[in-house]
Amino acid sequence: MSKTNLTIDEVKHVAKLAKLGLTDQEAEKFKDQLSEILGFVDELKSLDTKGVEPTSQVTGLLNVFREDVVTPSLSQEEALSNAPDKHNGYFKVKAVRE
Amino acid sequence: MLLDLTIKELVEGIKSQKFSAIDVTSEAFENIEKHDGKVKAFLTLTKEAALKKAQEVDGRIKRGEKVGKLAGIPFSAKDVFSTKGIRTTASSKILDNYIPPYSATVIDKLEKEDAILIGKTNNDPFGFGSSTENSDYQITHNPWNLSKVAGGSSGGSAAAVAMRMGAFSLAEDTGGSIRQPSSFCGVTGLKVTYGRVSRYGVLAYGSSLDTIGPIAKNVEDTAFVLEIIAGADLHDATTLREGVPDYISSNNKDLKGIKIGIPKEYFIPGMDKEVEELVRSTGNVFTDLGAEFEEVSLPFTKYAIPAYYLSGMSEVSANLARYDGIRFGFSCKDVQNIDETYLCSRDRGFGDEVKRRIMLGTYALSSGYYDAYYRKAQEVRTLIKKDFEKVFNSVDILITPVSPTPAFGIGENTDDPLKMWLADVFTVTVNPAGVPALAIPCGFTSSGLPVGMQIVGPQLSEEKLFNAAYHYQSKTDWHKRRPECS
Repeated sequence: MSKTNLTIDEVKHVAKLAKLGLTDQEAEKFKDQLSEILGFVDELKSLDTKGVEPTSQVTGLLNVFREDVVTPSLSQEEALSNAPDKHNGYFKVKAVRE
Repeated sequence: MLLDLTIKELVEGIKSQKFSAIDVTSEAFENIEKHDGKVKAFLTLTKEAALKKAQEVDGRIKRGEKVGKLAGIPFSAKDVFSTKGIRTTASSKILDNYIPPYSATVIDKLEKEDAILIGKTNNDPFGFGSSTENSDYQITHNPWNLSKVAGGSSGGSAAAVAMRMGAFSLAEDTGGSIRQPSSFCGVTGLKVTYGRVSRYGVLAYGSSLDTIGPIAKNVEDTAFVLEIIAGADLHDATTLREGVPDYISSNNKDLKGIKIGIPKEYFIPGMDKEVEELVRSTGNVFTDLGAEFEEVSLPFTKYAIPAYYLSGMSEVSANLARYDGIRFGFSCKDVQNIDETYLCSRDRGFGDEVKRRIMLGTYALSSGYYDAYYRKAQEVRTLIKKDFEKVFNSVDILITPVSPTPAFGIGENTDDPLKMWLADVFTVTVNPAGVPALAIPCGFTSSGLPVGMQIVGPQLSEEKLFNAAYHYQSKTDWHKRRPECS
């Protein structure tokens, strides 16, 4: 099995993209595990797929529409019922800008 | 024990007042009280509401009023199904306090037919795993041997059915999560054609691969439940518009002349010898029933696993972005700004396996890698789909093992995430192709662990799978055995 060696900086970059606040210890552990997994999936690179169309929807459905009518949905209260923090019917968050 | 009866027998017994919905539901809770301290299949029990509903169903029957097709049948649901007002965790701490404000379509459908929810079962978080050992709450033990895993990710559901803690369980399969635990626990589990059953209200894993299906004691019960939960849903645009066949009576065709393919890629060096022998020996039963066998090949099988993981993890990375510490679920309080809310809530809320999968998917989708990983995986998916289409031009169904081994020991694979991923080598392959696959018991190892076979057919061929499996189960009694759990 080939091995793709990720660097600590790459792991930290991916964690940042995924909004995961990893500790240095976690980053070190994931570096090795993800490198091994990438080595495994790299097997795909040996397969020639020139001219093969990608499949992302496996049953071939296209453009599924429904009638434009109002149907029951969650109330504002229900939609906010699990919010960790709320204010006057809104989700409340910490400062977006300092 | 009442819960040894089939669903049809139970419903008839309840309706004719031979026994009551209360009797059946109480028996399920007695079994839970007796065994679940050891098995650990359940995360949440809904005893009070269940008994109240059972009483209400009994009342209607006594008054001669109409009741549903599943009147008084106790069932459990994997903890990935949203259940209105009932805690739903996906076995992840990030949803420790989550109470859904609505129910999944399938839960509504079952409850409308008067089925009775008894509780929510343990799984690997969001379905990420093959043993329930990744659950943030508990490890489910195999009822046939408590030192072994129950399989995963729907280990709690399979163990619950094996121990008669409910008549059936509702589960979810993205790469084997219904079939592999069914095989490990000696029960019957169906992965449906993609889109056959609504995914609305089911906590998402990989949206192009996720399927919803029953785990039950036998084929007949599995067909009974599927007929109720299948069908188009306005809330899930990927559900198929094709009508729902009469699955319950799909077992009336004989098997004379049906062609069964044995794909050579599914019998690999290093697989457990007893598993191989037991699965191959099913051939005698099917030959007696008039079926013919043919060795076939699915040449792209070895690429199915990396293609599955790349597609699946990319979708995980997108789907799990919703756990942001803002709208629901765990949220860090001691932070200064919104970015810290995200980073801290997700770091503390997610366990290692969830993080690994999100990171692999994020990497595969990130700038510069998208073509080499995500797009490539989707192209390989086309080849895998064609592999199945081609093979089903020459045979009706395929028979394969469900897993290369029987249930493995608790702790045996936890240090090696890749090795754990490969426990699904025979089940992940069908999900990228969207085809259905049924796992049924086909024997026991010398140490007494159940082994399952997998029957695979073309898209929307659930009836064919039921028919073949029904005939097999009418000639064998593996599915009737029940663990002692001691």
